[in-house]
Amino acid sequence: MDLQLLVDIFPQVVLDGIILGFMYALIALGYTMVYGVLEFINFAHSEIFIIGAFVGVELLLGLQSLGALDAVPWPLVLLLALLVGMAGSGLLAVTVERVAYRPLRNAPRLIPLISAIGVSFFLQDMIRLFESLWHNAFNLVYPTIDALNVRLELTRTIDVPVKSLVVILAALGMLGVLWVLVNRTKVGTAIRAVAEDQAAASLMGINVNRIISLTFLIGGAMGGAAGVLFGVQYGLINPYSGFIPGLKAFTAAVLGGIGNIPGAMLGGIVLGLLEAFAASYLSLLTGGAFGAEYKDIFAFSVLILILIFRPRGLLGEVVRGRA
Amino acid sequence: MIRKPVRLTLALLAVLALVALPAATKAQGSKGTLKIATQSPLSGGQAALGEGIKLGAQLAIEKFKGGLEKAGFKVDLVPFDDQAKPDVGVANAKNIIADKNILAVIGHLNSGVAIPSSEVYKEVNLAMISPANTNPTVTDRGYMNVNRVCGRDDVQGAVGSEFAHSTLKAKSAYIVHDKTTYGQGVAEFFKADAEKKGIKILGFEGTEEKSNFDPILTPVKAKGPGLIYFGGIYDQAAPFFKQASEKGIKARFLGPDGMDSSDLVKIAGKAVVGMYYTTAAGPVTVFPKAKEFSETFKKKFGKNPEPYAAEAYDATAIALKAIEAVAKSGKMPSREDVAVAIRKVKHGGITGEIEFDSKGDRKKALYFVMQVANADPQKWGDNKLVKQLTIAPPAVKK
Repeated sequence: MDLQLLVDIFPQVVLDGIILGFMYALIALGYTMVYGVLEFINFAHSEIFIIGAFVGVELLLGLQSLGALDAVPWPLVLLLALLVGMAGSGLLAVTVERVAYRPLRNAPRLIPLISAIGVSFFLQDMIRLFESLWHNAFNLVYPTIDALNVRLELTRTIDVPVKSLVVILAALGMLGVLWVLVNRTKVGTAIRAVAEDQAAASLMGINVNRIISLTFLIGGAMGGAAGVLFGVQYGLINPYSGFIPGLKAFTAAVLGGIGNIPGAMLGGIVLGLLEAFAASYLSLLTGGAFGAEYKDIFAFSVLILILIFRPRGLLGEVVRGRA
Repeated sequence: MIRKPVRLTLALLAVLALVALPAATKAQGSKGTLKIATQSPLSGGQAALGEGIKLGAQLAIEKFKGGLEKAGFKVDLVPFDDQAKPDVGVANAKNIIADKNILAVIGHLNSGVAIPSSEVYKEVNLAMISPANTNPTVTDRGYMNVNRVCGRDDVQGAVGSEFAHSTLKAKSAYIVHDKTTYGQGVAEFFKADAEKKGIKILGFEGTEEKSNFDPILTPVKAKGPGLIYFGGIYDQAAPFFKQASEKGIKARFLGPDGMDSSDLVKIAGKAVVGMYYTTAAGPVTVFPKAKEFSETFKKKFGKNPEPYAAEAYDATAIALKAIEAVAKSGKMPSREDVAVAIRKVKHGGITGEIEFDSKGDRKKALYFVMQVANADPQKWGDNKLVKQLTIAPPAVKK
């Protein structure tokens, strides 16, 4: 085994893990916000996330066919794609809540869960149907923006493409805005109040339904932004691309402590790092006996261990108080 | 609510339709309907190739059904979507053997789907002619009903490593595969032969990842191999090679026939221009007889034939020839008779002379080394033929 090699790639692996982790963190926010308010796991969130990616790619492809992709400066294009993706996913999340969850709000808890799984399947095949009619395609490719692929050499062995920095910066920015929104504004106070006690909040004059819709809007928009960033970072999406990242992000949310916003971020990064380390190091350390295909097994084994010792997640679960 | 008289009329019409339809088909094929099934992925990431197999078979049926129709049979194509998944393929196979009129199966695209599905066909000795399954196990089981018109991965892997060694002069290689029967299989054959030739194998990695290859590529980049071999299919290989090139990896890229689809460049763009792939399905341009096929295909379906469409066309033609030979007696042919007859067919197909040996391999299979020429998916057909070989299948290992 080559020790020098292990040391050499270490910073690159950490970087890969952090990028993946921020992606998971952004998706995990959607799960965690909804859980914090409704104690309900929105399994359709993985599709809400990937629809953001599809809306973004449609916009970029549209710009490309108009020849505007290279004419407009790339930060503007990216910003536009992010906004459109956020709007698409956010509105979809609100619609899904209105149609599939609100009528079931007082039903036993398993019922909306089943409804959510149904919505997830429905959305997957809706995208598939739409894309095959529209483009006759299953896989959609993000147009390459050359400026985003420029690699910055940090040292001889480590370099980072501009797009990965964009992912990190965008994720940090959005998490910051979200934190301020929830903790420092009137709307945020209302969200927290609804999370605490819906009945009491409504007695205080808060429109509970509107706040719940807003929670879905914010969570969905974060997912949509993650979708666009996912597409830009990895380049290829298909209607089922959302499922696995969605599942991992859900795990990240549980790992950090579901309902807990900083927890979702921490959970995402821990999971991303675990995965990156497993994929890069397992075969090097075991001489090829275990390869990158064991990365999920490894990552999830560690998760189980963590949850055995901290069943409420790293930062603790946030559950509304029961009167 | 529909008013009563209307409902009555509708019901009457439905009954009439039920009575009239079989009568109408009877008139066309007085001795019954013969069906040929295709099984290939018609949905999902590999649908481009799967669709090509179905359309190739369809063209062959339209062209060669005349003889059987004259003999009083109606010939139908029944396409099945195996979604490139073994469980779906097997479920379809059970439906196929339940339909007594299906006399041959053209398929599959994926060896991992073909092997379990052909176990089902075997139960009733239903003939399968594969246009695309290159894994050795497909025919090495020695089933009387399983045949293929394409080459084999043990040869293809060696063709790849021979090319890497003698033409590309690669000193070291990193191998990644998709963990399927096909992808891992061909990657292992490549590895075994490359090691014999003195190419140093720096890594052998399997992954089911579809989007994020960063953590796998980091050690690849650090080890700096001269060549990266991807044993798998284009929908996974394309983002892999694209990300490898974006990561600044300078190695040459090589892959097996799973790379052979215009979707490879559609997804990976200029990252794969100049890369090489071996294939057991030559581009239609190398077969002089395939020109007409290619033109008809384009006229009829509005797109260029994907790889394996021509092979599916030949496979279907062989099946029809065999059925025709059996149907001469005027009776409805039995599945077993058709399977036996297929082994006896000598067919001058558009992909060359085809004849099966005792275990269903093509007696003289063709292998090609191709180079991707252009980043435009429309120009996939312009890929450069670097090398062409005709190799007989290896003898069965006892």
